[in-house]
Order: sequence, then C-alpha cells, then structure tokens
Amino acid sequence: MLSIKNLHANIEGKEILKGINLEIKAGEIHAIMGPNGSGKSTFAAVLAGREEYEITEGSVDFEGNDLLDLNPEDRAREGLFLAFQYPIEIPGVSNVNFLKTAINETRAYKNKDAITAKDFLALVKEKSALVELDSKLASRSVNEGFSGGEKKRNEIFQMAMLDPKLAILDETDSGLDIDALRIVANGVNTLKSPDNATIVITHYQRLLDYIIPDFVHVLYNGKIVKTGGKELALELEEKGYDWIKTENVEL
Amino acid sequence: MKKIIAYTEDELEKQLKENQEYKFGFTTDIESEVIPIGLDEDVVRLISSKKNEPQWLLDFRLKAFAYWKTMVEKKWAHVDYPKIDFQSISYYAAPKEKVDVNWEDVDPELKATMDKLGISMDEQKSLSGVAVDFVMDSVSVKTSFKEKLGELGIIFCSFSEAVHDHPELVKQYLGTVVPSTDNFYAALNSAVFSDGSFCYIPKGVRCPMELSTYFRINEANTGQFERTLLVADEDSYVSYLEGCTAPMRDENQLHAAVVELISLDGAEIKYSTVQNWYPGNKEGVGGIYNFVTKRGICHTGSKISWTQVETGSAITWKYPSCILKGDNSIGEFFSVAVTNNHQQADTGTKMIHLGKNTKSTVISKGISAGFSNNSYRGLIQINKNATNARNFTQCDSLLMGDKCGAHTFPYIEVKNSTAKIEHEATTSKIGEDQLFYCNQRGISTEKAINLIVNGYCKDVLNQLPMEFAVEAQKLLEISLEGSVG
Ligand SMILES: Nc1ncnc2c1ncn2[C@@H]1O[C@H](COP(=O)(O)OP(=O)(O)OP(=O)(O)O)[C@@H](O)[C@H]1O
Ligand SMILES: [Mg+2]
Repeated sequence: MLSIKNLHANIEGKEILKGINLEIKAGEIHAIMGPNGSGKSTFAAVLAGREEYEITEGSVDFEGNDLLDLNPEDRAREGLFLAFQYPIEIPGVSNVNFLKTAINETRAYKNKDAITAKDFLALVKEKSALVELDSKLASRSVNEGFSGGEKKRNEIFQMAMLDPKLAILDETDSGLDIDALRIVANGVNTLKSPDNATIVITHYQRLLDYIIPDFVHVLYNGKIVKTGGKELALELEEKGYDWIKTENVEL
Repeated sequence: MKKIIAYTEDELEKQLKENQEYKFGFTTDIESEVIPIGLDEDVVRLISSKKNEPQWLLDFRLKAFAYWKTMVEKKWAHVDYPKIDFQSISYYAAPKEKVDVNWEDVDPELKATMDKLGISMDEQKSLSGVAVDFVMDSVSVKTSFKEKLGELGIIFCSFSEAVHDHPELVKQYLGTVVPSTDNFYAALNSAVFSDGSFCYIPKGVRCPMELSTYFRINEANTGQFERTLLVADEDSYVSYLEGCTAPMRDENQLHAAVVELISLDGAEIKYSTVQNWYPGNKEGVGGIYNFVTKRGICHTGSKISWTQVETGSAITWKYPSCILKGDNSIGEFFSVAVTNNHQQADTGTKMIHLGKNTKSTVISKGISAGFSNNSYRGLIQINKNATNARNFTQCDSLLMGDKCGAHTFPYIEVKNSTAKIEHEATTSKIGEDQLFYCNQRGISTEKAINLIVNGYCKDVLNQLPMEFAVEAQKLLEISLEGSVG
C-alpha cells in the first residue's frame, strides 16, 4: 500500500527527515514511537503534503501513485487521512457541513454523485455512535471551543466518516482520559479491515494495549533506527530511549 | 497608482456629444431632455420643474444647494481618489435616455460573473445597460404584489410618485433624519436627487412580504443621486431589501444616495442591502464611487436593524446609523464588507444613544484581498440622558494575502456613567493551517476559502432573509475567486 524509500525532508534549510524507509501492506498496523522532536509529526505532515517541507531525496509510492506528485487534497481523496496532533479550529463552519463538503469533494474526484442528505445523516449517526461523539459536537463549529480530548475524538469521527485506506494518527491518545482512550481505540479497531492500514504515532505503550500493532518503529533524529513487534513498545516503556540514543551515537 | 476614468472635461464633452448625436437620430424633441453639464441654481430649478415638483420641494433643494456651495469635501475617510469635478457632471437626464451599450462591448468577465449568478440573458443585458424589450414575467407578480400591499394601506412607490400622491407624508418626513446640511454628499443629493423609493407602513401593520427595490428596478432609472424614505408607523413591521446581487453597471461614476428611516413608537424596520456596483477591473480602472448617507431614527420601544453585504464599487463610503431617540429603542448594524483587487471601502456605523435603556449591537466583518483597503469606522455615542445604555461591538478583519490592508477606527463618547460598552476586535489571516487542514480532508483550497469566509461571516449572513443570504453567499465566493494563490 505504502512504500517509502530513502525519504529526506528539510524545513527552512534544516534537515529533519534523514532517509526514512518503510513498507506498509494493507491490513497492517504500524506504530511509530520516538523522543520529542525526532521528526514524527514532520513525517506525517510530509506524507500528507504540507508545502512548507522540501523533499530533497527519496520516493513514496501509495497504491501505485507517486504520492509526492499529488497535491494535499488529492492525497486525501486517494484515501490518505491524517489525524492531527493539534487539530485546527474553523470558526463558524459546522462539523457536519465541513464533512459533507469533504465527502462530496472526494466523490466528485471519483466521478460519483454527491451524497444524499438522507445517506449523509445516516452516516453521521452511525459514525458518531461508533466514537460516542456527543451529537451536539457534530453540529458545532469545527473544533471551536472543543476540549483537547473532544478535538481528538472529533479527528477519529472524521476518519470514520471519510473511511480512508491509510490513516495516520499523530498522538491521538495524548489528552484522552482513560474511557475516551478505550472508545477511540475501539473505533480504530472497528474500522480496521484487510483493505486498510494505520500508522499510530504515540509516546505511550498504553494505547498499544488496545490497538495491537504488527510493527513498532523507533524514529530517532530523522531516521527509523529500530523496528520490532509489539514487545518493542514494552521494552521502550521500561528502558526509555537512552539505550537507543547510545546505540546511535554516530547519528 | 491607479488610473481613474471619466470626469476629465475632454472625455465628458466627447461622451455628451456622442449621446446627443445618437439621440438626434431618433427623436427631435429630446434635446431639451438633457441638461448640459455643470451645476448652478438654474440647474436645480430645472430638475425640479421637469419633475413637476411643488414649491416646498424646490425650496428644500435650493436650500440644500445654497449650503452645499459653502461646503468643502471632507477627506477624513481612509480612501483615496482624484478630486471630482462637480461642474463636469450632467445632473439630469430623462429616465428613458439611457446611453445605449452594445452587448458585444460588455466586459466578458462581467458576463461570466452574471452567468455564474444564474442571471437570465435579458436581465444581463438590461443590467449592463443594453437596451432590451423587457418582457417581464414579473409584471403580473408585481401587480398582484401591489394590490396586496394596497389592501393593507402600505405605500411602496417611486419617490417622484410619492411626491405627487402623498405629498403630506413626504413633506412631513423628508430631511428629518438626514438634514440637507448633514454632509457634503447628503447636501448634494438633497439638491439634485433624481428619484428613489418611498415606503410607508401604517400603524400596527406587519408587512407580509419582503419589500424589494428589485421589483422596481425596471420602472425608472433612479440615476446617480438616489433618495429613499421609509416610514414605519407605530407598532408596524417591515423588512426592506435594497439592491441585488447582480453586478450593476452604470455610466455614472459617482453615486451619492441618501436613505432615511423613521421607526415610530414600537415599530421595527429591518433594512438589508446587497451592494454590488461595478468595482472596476483588476487593475483598478473604472468602477463606481459610492458615497452613501444612511440613517434611521428610533422612537420609543422601536428598532432598526441594518444588514449589509458590500462587495462592489471602486470606493465605498458608507455608515448606516441609528439615532436611538426613544427610550428602550434598539439599533443594530450587521455588515460584511469585501474588498479585492484595488477596491477601497471605509464603512461602519454610528449609534447615537439619546433615550434611556437604549441598546445597540454592531457586528462588522471586513475581508480584504488583493491590493485593497478595508476600513471600519464606528462611533458609539452615549448622551447625558441615556441612562443604562448598552452597546456591544464586534469588529473583525480577515486578511487574504499581504498586500491588502485592514484598519479599524472605533470612536467611543460616553457622557453617562451608567453606560455599558463592550468592544471586541480581531484581525486574522486566513491561516495556512486552516487551509492545510481542509486540504487534508479532500477540500480544495478554493472551496476551503469559501467555507472559511462563510463561517467567518455567518453572524451577518444569518440576519439576511433566506434567499438573499444564499445569493450573498454566492456573491462572496465570486468576489474572492482566485484571491489566495
Ligand atoms: N517550521 C519549522 N521550523 C524549524 N524547525 C521545525 C519546524 N517544524 C518542525 N521543526 C523541527 O523539526 C523537529 C521535528 O519536529 P516534529 O514536530 O516532527 O517532532 P515530533 O517527533 O513530532 O515531536 P513530539 O513528540 O514532540 O510531537 C523539531 O526539532 C522541530 O523543532
Ligand atoms: Mg509530534
């Protein structure tokens, strides 16, 4: 589904991603962990097509398309979804209006008719139930005045509505209370299918108790320096990152 | 700097000659229908006599003219334009003597815009000044509309008609809210106004439909100095719509209208405007100068609510205001002003609190794009006897790109210590973050801007009657097309 080869990216002349290689197949869940500032959010933003970053080397193939060749909206329409670490507020635009526009833009891209009001409402009902999103939040302005946890839950609601092929969750667990964590994880697991894949960026092994990853990668200083199974997360929880850092002093 | 067309003596002389030549070709008695350019007392008398006006109205005009001559054009507004030569304008043309325009010569961009707004071909031609035999499907609509209003005693007609059919009402109220000496352009308008609308709602009557000047658009060419007088008698209600979303073109570059609203005890007037005069082309050439004086007076327990969506004109200078004279009266001002390319707007409101427990709300949303300048200028004045007056002002500016400007000039004068005044102001840029967030959900940048702008203007658009709001939304989209790269 996703094949990343030797990806390098700069911002303001500073190299942040320093040669990332990663293969993701349909049906898989990959976790990415790593110390603060190691480049996890940058990696996610680069995949989503944020223009501030300059790609200096490497290639990304997404379902047979050259991902780096597509603009951000077409990447989304092709099925790439990013749950933001810091979701953005759009005052005066209701969540449902926002999502309806998003769904219809994607449908138009695929030469499909706009979704009917009835189908759309049914979808909102089903998906908001899945993440137990308060129906009041669905009609409020996008993220405006939402609590930190509500914003995160809203990201997963949007993901459920848009049904992506590849979802990247950037620290969706941070700021969630214990119940919300379980609900969000449950939502992600329910949406999981043999046809889609998920990248979970997190600092906490706790989330990985709910969302069981097939692979855990450690991103350090712009590179994936270690890859393992779910037990790697436990090891990191126990030992911290120091041993990884010493293993990689030459970086 | 931008180049401005018209009002050079040469050009006007040429234009005038062309007009006359054209007219000679068809009729013989038309010569007398156009007053030569220039303005003096004789011209004012001539306008009045051509319209068969009573002496009191002529006196009103002459007084205004005498005063206007002593005034100088004030330049405090944050707009910039070459000095207008008032002696090079013709102040009267008979209504039917429109300059004929060839459809082929109409700006293709303007045509495209009208297409997007879904305006019919006949209407498009009429709006661009192309002569058409207007087969109006709305003729019957209009007739039944008038009948229905007549049954309720509502008067809604052109200003000239009102002068002849209801002189006592016009005489009683004309110039009572905007005195002919009020400001330079109001004085000029009072001296030479061409035509406009008159509306009267009798006591206790709730006007059952939106009154729209659109119904009158083909009745008369109201010209560049429009006059509107609207009287809502005690405990009555009316919602009045002015303008339309179609881009309006006019051979007159200067427009100086006066609107007076009178809301008697317990009455409510909702006055909505969509202004979309020709803004000039992308380089800022051409376009209308729109200098408007709009004011309403609220008597006891009454309310006036101004809502405006301003997207047109090269220069807009406009401050719909409320004089809250009666106790417990309410004034509201909701405004969206968009400037793009080289447009300039200086707009806002004045809320004059005189009565006790008077309340005013001001919500102003400015959007600037391109090389434009957008200013909010607002005065909140609480007078000595206005005990417990309240004002809430929210004044937001949205910038698109970094070549445009947004400015706020709030003035607050409080002479009564019980007043409560809240003022909130924000300036924001359409954020890269917001656009990227939308893009990441599959929404194109253009669509994202529409979403964000409509969200930003929602509090104002919500005040507009439904169909008007939908049109205004479309208009905003078109006005801002291509404004973020
Ligand atoms: N616009 C920018 N200008 C300069 N440096 C930047 C910019 N954006 C990110 N960086 C730097 O890039 C590095 C990686 O940041 P990134 O946000 O990707 O880290 P992260 O792994 O997501 O960290 P966290 O775990 O704290 O979320 C950081 O050192 C950050 O300061
Ligand atoms: Mg991060």
